[in-house]
Amino acid sequence: MRDTPVITIRHLYKDYPTPAGSFPVLKDVNLSIYPGEFVAIMGPSGSGKSTFMNILGCLDRPTSGDYELSGKNIARLDKDATAKLRGQTLGFVFQGFNLLPRMSLEDNVALPLVYSDVPKTERQTRARQLLDKVGLAQYAASLPSRISGGQQQRVAIARALVNRPGLILADEPTGNLDSHTSEEIMTLFTSLNREGITIILVTHEPDIALHAGRQVRFRDGVIVQDMPTGCNHEEELAGAAP
Amino acid sequence: MMFTGMFHEAWSAMGANRLRTALTMLGMVIGVGAVVLMMAIGQGAQNAVKESIDSMGSNLFVVLSGSSMTGGVRSGSGNAPSLTTADAEAIGELPGIAASAPTHMGMAQLVHGSLNWNTTVYGVTPSYLDVRSWPIVAGDNFTESDLRSATRVALIGQSAAENLFAGEDPVGKTLRIGQAPFQILGVLGRKGQSLDGRDQDDLLIVPLTTAQRKLFGTPFQGSVRSIMVRVERAEVMPQVEIAINALLRQRHHLREGQENDFSVRDLTAIAESAAETTRVMSLLLGAIASVSLIVGGIGIMNIMLVSVTERTREIGIRMAIGAREIDVLTQFLLEAILISIAGCLIGLMLGVGSAVLIHLSTGVPIVISGSSAIVAFLVAAATGIFFGYYPARKAARLDPIEALRYQ
Ligand SMILES: Nc1ncnc2c1ncn2[C@@H]1O[C@H](COP(=O)(O)OP(=O)(O)OP(=O)(O)O)[C@@H](O)[C@H]1O
Ligand SMILES: [Mg+2]
Repeated sequence: MRDTPVITIRHLYKDYPTPAGSFPVLKDVNLSIYPGEFVAIMGPSGSGKSTFMNILGCLDRPTSGDYELSGKNIARLDKDATAKLRGQTLGFVFQGFNLLPRMSLEDNVALPLVYSDVPKTERQTRARQLLDKVGLAQYAASLPSRISGGQQQRVAIARALVNRPGLILADEPTGNLDSHTSEEIMTLFTSLNREGITIILVTHEPDIALHAGRQVRFRDGVIVQDMPTGCNHEEELAGAAP
Repeated sequence: MMFTGMFHEAWSAMGANRLRTALTMLGMVIGVGAVVLMMAIGQGAQNAVKESIDSMGSNLFVVLSGSSMTGGVRSGSGNAPSLTTADAEAIGELPGIAASAPTHMGMAQLVHGSLNWNTTVYGVTPSYLDVRSWPIVAGDNFTESDLRSATRVALIGQSAAENLFAGEDPVGKTLRIGQAPFQILGVLGRKGQSLDGRDQDDLLIVPLTTAQRKLFGTPFQGSVRSIMVRVERAEVMPQVEIAINALLRQRHHLREGQENDFSVRDLTAIAESAAETTRVMSLLLGAIASVSLIVGGIGIMNIMLVSVTERTREIGIRMAIGAREIDVLTQFLLEAILISIAGCLIGLMLGVGSAVLIHLSTGVPIVISGSSAIVAFLVAAATGIFFGYYPARKAARLDPIEALRYQ
């Protein structure tokens, strides 16, 4: 923990405007995440996990509070700069895979490189390398609809990796997958983490969370528990009780 | 984002919904096709007018005899004999006049062998061809001595020659008008249509005196129907017109307050007003056609708006993996431009094709210029940018998180 954090969150608030007035979803969240960590974010439905992840992924902005990503304060960046962060500093993996249906898998994986001005031949080699890494090189020319959900999620992970980011954010990446396929995806994340990539993932399942080195639990928009994996299971539940 | 990548993507997006892309393009195809067709026809009409103006000769006045007044009943121009060969000579002496040529004409039935043909016969002086800048392509002009002795010689126009000699060389041949034989001295060059659509090449030219004495007769000695006057320079036309009027009034002993028994017409002015009319007509045609181009553009805008809404999620995904506003903007703009340019190319071919078809089937003159193709191309690109910008900007301004949530 002597490194400088990749992510520093201080007094983060997020409100959503509703017809009945503004509705607070995140209330004074504070968190630091260090390079090479593998963090699982847990908590009941509606506790604000996705909202938090979207802010981490620079897809959404907090109502107030500070978010520093690799030493840059996100609140002060303009739209183009946040777009660049999304494309190059981090990779986002969605629950619903979010591949572009009309593009081949190779083109899907290469797409972030198009937005960071990488020449075509290099785009192709890097996309093929990553497809190979996730074990799908033979499907490079297929459309996403031709492969299974687990395979699509592997392609999505390859896409998140193609710009060699130091950080992967995944919001319930196994939410749409059966337990066997989920295990495979988690194995992939674990090996990526061993290569030094920081991983933050949201999950509902304790089994999945066991792959992570640290578990952060949300409830009603606040962090109620933050501990390394391997602590007593009973203790964990006791700590999470209101 | 790199241009080739974007181009490829725009292309594949167009291919994703072919029927829709084709229908959107159809708007541009019709618009550009209409503009090209109308420009071809308008230009053709303008050219035809310009050609007949050129063929008429420049800086021309025609002085017509008449109208006379007999007990309050006025006859039309050219009907009352008032001009004479001497008037023409006197006009020729005025300053600023290049040439003046008296003309006496009528219709006659020409006969050559088994063929016969009804045409206008002009009795003129040898300087007539000079006034009208009309070359002789075979044979020779008649001479002053032919004029003095009223010989039966003639020059023949191309159309009359074709009808009467059917491919033979007319020079040196003899044709008959009534029982009188006329020897063909020369063949005139082709002039084409006149402003009023007459075939200027359907004529026979004989010496003025021959027409007066041997063909049509005259109400009094030396009388002519009209006098053609060519002025040296365009600038002096107004002064010359005044001078001719004054001269003829004096020669015809017209008192103050008495109406002219002749009229002077500025053929150049008439021609220019005809040219102006066709110019306005072709502008009007072009303007009407442009409306369909605008309608085509609105079609593009409409479809692009639908497409942006349909692809909201895709836009969200692209933004989530690093697309900037400008990337999304260019992607959709490029798509709109590609559609309009492709539509433009097809419209261009269709417009040119139908212009040629119309020309071949009806003989309407057309002009297809490279510049009209370039104009159509630029207009199409501009239409794509203009009507594609709003939808593209709408796409670029989407909030990534809202776009990702869109179902
Ligand atoms: N755009 C929005 N407008 C208004 N309220 C919202 C919006 N997005 C989320 N919320 C609300 O914010 C709260 C937290 O939502 P969030 O999606 O972050 O929960 P979550 O922890 O990810 O839940 P789940 O486990 O079901 O995915 C919910 O009560 C939700 O209704
Ligand atoms: Mg969620």
